[in-house]
Amino acid sequence: MSAPASKLVLENLSMVFQTGGKQFVALEPADLVVPAGKFISLIGPSGCGKSTLFNIIAGLQAPTTGRVLIDGQDYTGYIGQVGYMLQKDLLLPWRTVLDNVALGMEISGVPIREARARALPLIIKYGLAGFEHQYPSSLSGGMRQRAALLRTLLVERDVVLLDEPFGALDAQTKSQMQEWLLQIFADFGRTVVFVTHDVEEAVFLSDEIHVMASRPGRVIETLPIDLPRPRDRALVSTPRFVAMKKYCLDLLHLGEQEAAA
Amino acid sequence: MNAKTSTLPSAATFPGPRATAGGVPPKRMARRLPVRRIWPTWVLFTVQSGIFVGFVALWEVAAMTGLIDTFFWSKPSAIASTMVIFFTEGSALTDIVYTFRSTILGFILGTSLGAVLGMSFWWSRNYALIMQPYVICLESIPKLALAPLIILVFGMGLASKVAIATALTLVVSTLTAYSGVQAVDRDQEKLFYSLGASRWQVFTKLVAPSCIPWIISILRVNIGLALTGSIVGEFVASQYGLGRTILYAGQTYEIALVWVAVLVLSGLSMIMYVGVSWLERYLQKGIIR
Repeated sequence: MSAPASKLVLENLSMVFQTGGKQFVALEPADLVVPAGKFISLIGPSGCGKSTLFNIIAGLQAPTTGRVLIDGQDYTGYIGQVGYMLQKDLLLPWRTVLDNVALGMEISGVPIREARARALPLIIKYGLAGFEHQYPSSLSGGMRQRAALLRTLLVERDVVLLDEPFGALDAQTKSQMQEWLLQIFADFGRTVVFVTHDVEEAVFLSDEIHVMASRPGRVIETLPIDLPRPRDRALVSTPRFVAMKKYCLDLLHLGEQEAAA
Repeated sequence: MNAKTSTLPSAATFPGPRATAGGVPPKRMARRLPVRRIWPTWVLFTVQSGIFVGFVALWEVAAMTGLIDTFFWSKPSAIASTMVIFFTEGSALTDIVYTFRSTILGFILGTSLGAVLGMSFWWSRNYALIMQPYVICLESIPKLALAPLIILVFGMGLASKVAIATALTLVVSTLTAYSGVQAVDRDQEKLFYSLGASRWQVFTKLVAPSCIPWIISILRVNIGLALTGSIVGEFVASQYGLGRTILYAGQTYEIALVWVAVLVLSGLSMIMYVGVSWLERYLQKGIIR
């Protein structure tokens, strides 16, 4: 695939809030280059500016400085340019699973019949078969996240932002969902930016990890993950994986100590 | 099932249960979970009807023995015969239909206008902030006190009763719909905007549907308010209606007729309440899940 070198570029992006004469730096100027079709993760403690960064990329907040480039074009402050999945699944309780998954397409102007026709095969393929006409209240946490992710993917944006999508799931469901996500990532070939607290999750899923620190929010180190794909669960206990995980944990720890000092 | 028990290599010795010193077991609280038993339905029903029959009988006997003055209180037998006359020779049907119609019209108008008004506050923060004091003013005015004025403006007919019923229900639905608007999940809104939604899409696909449960929750309150509004309207000036019948009977000292009209009114109110509850359940099943 001869994709352009970089799908998503963040240039000198920063966010400063003014609260009662005091300045609060949510995000120090950050530069980030995400190559097309890559899976990158941002890890860091709470308050490191991950969510701010996502809101800026999604056009929901205006940055203090900097630009967001998608395919080399400036999309700073434009909504609807990337797929954004928030922490909560945010399924609408009055819509069936099918209509929830079709919501994104519906908003981008796809007629509802066509949107449903496009959503249905994916719902069946990706583990929600038999639930398409159920309401979200009858779904388990993992299934709700699946529906939410399918909704995000179906809007057909090249860049997908995932904000701790598995943060609220139990350990077993979480590992199932990670494998499911890897499958989806391989099938769809989107560019993914993933936020998590879970270092193991980040190493398992990503091509590259950006470690962030808080107060002020900033990126402290970038770590390429050269583990081969496709990956399976056995990878987690290999020495290389363990070493990478430890390295990330040490970095996070260091960041915390700096912030405390 | 064939469960296998395996022992992990490091079998540390866990300390056993604590031995009681001296051999005397400590005194424990001995209390069982209280049991609440529900009587069979027929027992409950018998007691219910017993209370009613007993009350009516007591009233009748007290009236016969002169314990209570029937001029003021009437008596069950007189009420029953008046009821028959009211339905066979009187204006029962006309009155019921008249009151029912103004109540339902006021209910529908007030609830829907209020819902629209309340939801419109979502559209602009500035508009909502400007309107807020007026809505609070409207809320604090005793609307029934305006009844004479409304009758003057809208006349003696149906319109004035509908107007009073509307005025009573409108404010409640406006405030409730506005609370519904304010309770819309901010993250949900964020999701819609991240998908590139327009404000109109957010309104029709998110705000309006999430307000519906709030509006449904107000239906039962509003039907009662609308009925109160109609009755008061009829008290002030009217040619027909159960409220007018009560007022007329009171002024002519026909206490039995007052009771009859009150009973019919209660029946009407109950029927409408049941109808609205049914509507509520139907809507909830269809919309909320």
